[in-house]
Amino acid sequence: MTVTAVRKDPNTLTMTTTAEFAASPERVWQLWADPRQLERWWGPPTYPATFTAHDLAPGSRVEYHMTGPEGDQPRAYWDIVEADAPRSLVFRDGFANDDGTPNTDLPGTEIRVRIEKVGDGRTQMSIESVFPSTEAMEQLLAMGMEQGLTQAVGQIDAILAEDTVRSA
Amino acid sequence: MQITPDIDRVFGALADATRRDIVRRAIDGEEGVAELAGHYPMSFAAVQKHVAVLERAGLVSKQRIGRRKVVRTNAHGLAVARRLLDRYEELWRGRVDRMTALVSETKETDA
Repeated sequence: MTVTAVRKDPNTLTMTTTAEFAASPERVWQLWADPRQLERWWGPPTYPATFTAHDLAPGSRVEYHMTGPEGDQPRAYWDIVEADAPRSLVFRDGFANDDGTPNTDLPGTEIRVRIEKVGDGRTQMSIESVFPSTEAMEQLLAMGMEQGLTQAVGQIDAILAEDTVRSA
Repeated sequence: MQITPDIDRVFGALADATRRDIVRRAIDGEEGVAELAGHYPMSFAAVQKHVAVLERAGLVSKQRIGRRKVVRTNAHGLAVARRLLDRYEELWRGRVDRMTALVSETKETDA
C-alpha cells in the first residue's frame, strides 16, 4: 500500500488522500498528463475509462467515457482550472450528456492534486476531493468505481505479468 | 447499489455553513432553538428553519429535558455522510494502487 493517509471530513464533504511513490515528481505527473497511462488507473477493470480529448492547459476541457460491463458508456469531462507541471493540477470532474455537452443538472467534484518531492527518489501526491452535494458522489458510485479496491488487486497482477513478458 | 433518499437530504442540509455550525453545537445537546439563535446574526425564525431542515435530514432531533426542549445531534445522520466518504476512500485507494503498479512498471522497463 502506498496510500500514506486518508482524511475525511463529513462536515465539509471533503476527502484528502495522500500517497507516496518511489519515483520522481515528473514521473508521477505523467500518470495524469499521459492519457494512455491515465486510462490504466482512472477506472477499475470492470469500468475502464477512455480519454477522447486530453489537454491539461488551464481552461481546457478533457473528455472521457467509461465502459461498463453491460456496454454502457457514460460520458464525463474535466474542466481544467489550474495546471503547473509537475506540481499541481486542479480540475472539476463532471458528467456529460450523450452528445458530450456538460450535464449541468449534476454538480461536479472539484479535485486538487499536489505533487512534491519528499526525499531521494520519493514523491508525495495529495488528492483533495470536494463534493458539493451527494449527486456527484452517487453517480460516481453507480458507475462501479467503489469496486476499485478489490478489483485493483487483480489488475496489478495483470500489469506485473505483462511486464514480465515484455522484459523477458 | 441502492442509495437511500435521505442521503440527498443529509448532504443538502450539510451544504450550509450555519447548519453545519448548528450540528456541531448540538453535539452537547444542551441548547434549545432560542439559545442556538443567540449565536447567529439572524432571526429566531431563520434559525428555526435551519433546525427544521436538519431535523428532516435526520441530523438533529429535538428532545425534551424536563420542561425544556433541546436540539441534539443525531449521530446516525453524520454516519451516513461518513459511509459515503468511506466508499470514496476505497475508490482512491484502488486508483493509487493502479498508479503504483504503473510507476513501478516503467521503472523496471527503464532499468
